Amino acid sequence: MKRYLWPLALFLVLAGFLFAGLYLNPREVPSPLIGKPVPQFSAPQLAEPGKTFSPADMKGKVWLVNVWASWCVSCRQEHPLLVELAKSGQVTLVGLHYKDERDAGLKWLKEHGDPYLLSAHDRDGRVAINFGVYGTPETFIVDRQGVIRYKHVGPLTPEKLRDDILPRVKQLETAAS
Amino acid sequence: MRRLFMLFALAALPFHAVADEALPVAADAALEARVQKLGEELRCLVCQNQNIADSHADLALDLKQQLREQIAAGRSDDEIKQYMVDRYGDFVLYRPPLKTSTLLLWAGPFVLLLVVVVLLLRRLRSRAIRAAVANTLSADESARARALLDGEENKA
Repeated sequence: MKRYLWPLALFLVLAGFLFAGLYLNPREVPSPLIGKPVPQFSAPQLAEPGKTFSPADMKGKVWLVNVWASWCVSCRQEHPLLVELAKSGQVTLVGLHYKDERDAGLKWLKEHGDPYLLSAHDRDGRVAINFGVYGTPETFIVDRQGVIRYKHVGPLTPEKLRDDILPRVKQLETAAS
Repeated sequence: MRRLFMLFALAALPFHAVADEALPVAADAALEARVQKLGEELRCLVCQNQNIADSHADLALDLKQQLREQIAAGRSDDEIKQYMVDRYGDFVLYRPPLKTSTLLLWAGPFVLLLVVVVLLLRRLRSRAIRAAVANTLSADESARARALLDGEENKA
């Protein structure tokens, strides 16, 4: 009677794979940038176009890069969390203002609060390409040596922040400087 | 076995058919054609089932502009693909490279085919044996058959 169990076994294996697949997120593509130095660039600052920002300015610090835009709906969703995070002073945030008008960006920050030390203005999205950005918002953790340690695609949630982002930041900060 | 080998050789043909490279850029139309061709090899990460040549997503348009600039700067297709892979990972390539993590992806269909062919052959053989066994009559049966046939003959 064993042969009649074969289709059942096959079905169970297939069902197992499909069930596991339900919990995978096809939008989460592993980034090849993790473990690599943060891309070098020099971009005008959003608030002060006369000044530029370059990742080298952050050397020796653990910091977050957060890619955002005023047209990005899910950025709005995660924004209160970032404002709160900035207030708590646990980590420095640098914004990458992605493919957006300067005025729109400044107005948006005024309205919803500005959690960033500063934002680099990436008007044509070229800097973001070097970061492998494909869906705003995206958040990167950069360590003291300027190496990207973690990447999150999509809006941050309090759980994500508590369980994944902040523990990593803590760990990197206590690591030998 | 030789037939099986021929089958695999035939299955591999299409990969060779598309492997040749575009000619160096001469005019704008030629450059655009190369952008198109290269764009068809790259996945748009915003709309994951489209390539960047077909997609009108913002990111795809930006990446096409990158292709244009890099081709104009004289970069080879492989260099440009590497540029994309460095930023977005192997996932951008519609034809993933052959390495240990993608071995199952590349070999899987052939392994499956092989398994099915082996199962089929075994099944056919056992059926042939069973048929052969069923077709031989015991001495008793053949005697009865003979008797029946003889009876028929007598009637005719």
